[in-house]
Amino acid sequence: MSESGERHTPGKGLIKGLAVTLKTLVKPTITQQYPDVEPDLPPRSRGVIALLEENCTVCMLCARECPDWCIYIDSHKEEVVVPGAARPRQRNVLDKFDIDFSLCMYCGICIEVCPFDALHWTPEFEYAETDVLDLLHDKNRLGDWMQTVPPPPAHDVLGEPSKEESAAARKVAGPGTATPAQTARPPVRREQAP
Amino acid sequence: MPLWLDLLVRVVAVVAAFLTLPLVVGQVEHKVMAHMQGRLGPMYAGAFHGWAQLVADGVKFVQKEDITPRDADRRVFQLAPIVALFPYLIVLLAIPLGPAGLVAQHMDIGLFFVLAVLGVGVVAVLMSAWASANKYSLLGGLRGAAQLLGYELPLVLSAASVAMAAGTLSLSGIVEAWSPWWLLWQLPAALVFFVSGLAEIRRPPFDMPIADSELVFGYLTEYTGLRFAFFLLAEYVGIVVIAALTTVLFLGGWHGPDAAHLGWLWTLAKVFAVSFVIIWFRVTFPRLREDQLQRLCWLILVPVALAQLVLTAAVKVAM
Repeated sequence: MSESGERHTPGKGLIKGLAVTLKTLVKPTITQQYPDVEPDLPPRSRGVIALLEENCTVCMLCARECPDWCIYIDSHKEEVVVPGAARPRQRNVLDKFDIDFSLCMYCGICIEVCPFDALHWTPEFEYAETDVLDLLHDKNRLGDWMQTVPPPPAHDVLGEPSKEESAAARKVAGPGTATPAQTARPPVRREQAP
Repeated sequence: MPLWLDLLVRVVAVVAAFLTLPLVVGQVEHKVMAHMQGRLGPMYAGAFHGWAQLVADGVKFVQKEDITPRDADRRVFQLAPIVALFPYLIVLLAIPLGPAGLVAQHMDIGLFFVLAVLGVGVVAVLMSAWASANKYSLLGGLRGAAQLLGYELPLVLSAASVAMAAGTLSLSGIVEAWSPWWLLWQLPAALVFFVSGLAEIRRPPFDMPIADSELVFGYLTEYTGLRFAFFLLAEYVGIVVIAALTTVLFLGGWHGPDAAHLGWLWTLAKVFAVSFVIIWFRVTFPRLREDQLQRLCWLILVPVALAQLVLTAAVKVAM
């Protein structure tokens, strides 16, 4: 018996406990039989990081922000001769882009920080290896993961239109006109604006 | 039927029940416990919902090395699992399955015999505890001895109440004398018998002697392989025996619709229902502390059993 002031009917707790286990018995179980049945993952699960190589400008932001320093990037500069331009342009070419998933802690900072959407989460998680060195995914393997990236979530109907949309609309309307981004803002936001 | 054939059939039937019923109860425990915890339990062994899990476990136990600790009292240590297992086999002999003498061995003092043989269990606990030469085993064994001796009293007193009500010590005779209103009249005795029976077979919430969070595994700590499996088997036969005794003494054994033909089925159904409750208790209740354990026995169960004895005697005299 408990020493606390409020004392219940003797045996009430015992009956309650029995009721809880009996209810759980008749409820469906929550176990997912993973190797036999694919797990039911949330759509934005953090499984592995995919690289869209064309978007990468070798700005090194991801490698510098990575808390584990598990992103390794090598590049060289190439000169691109543009016809009609005064000088040849310079361009960064990616030689190496490795992520060591034995060090990665799946914080997602690299994906957040990438200004050009070159890195993406994918929900794939079945890339366990028997050798820890094989967990270093090179840029080809990271590129292969791109096929498993789910489509982005639908746009919030109450939110602002995306930057691409408003920019396109502004271009069409010409400079100085009201843009959808300005008009579609809810009044609360406008009051908060400085 | 010649005598030897009759004998053979009875013995084979009891041994078959001894080997199959605990496995069924064990499998039911696996699945019921899992589902009560929102899990699925064994799913692979035997392909269909893990029905062969305990067979696989048995094969595993046979393969394991049989270790006897260097300082152990070898003979006693090795004998203890058999001593734990054997009384239950003997008890199964005396439990009536159906009307018209459907019992392996009819005995006029069946109840006395059963309770006496069940008391041997404490010897096995002390043997395994002392012979292991392990302080955890010894602590567990002494707890077990204190628990078993303490709970023997309410067990016997509540069984005595039924024997008084029926006016016989024969288990078959008790079931014959049983009538449905005993469910109400003997209810306190039934509860006391069931609870102290749980303590006798050291099932949770009365598993203080093998409390794995404090005593490693109590008196089973040093056991491996087949000998450990024997102790586990003893635990599950214990469930069957306590469920069967509760059924026979308090739930009316084979009584039920069409008892003349389906009596054995009624007995088995009641045994499994009581076994389910034992499993249910295990999943639901946390382990009692040692002092709570003794308080429950001496301050609640024994007085209730004595009061029930007085009530039974009064009703018997008045009737």
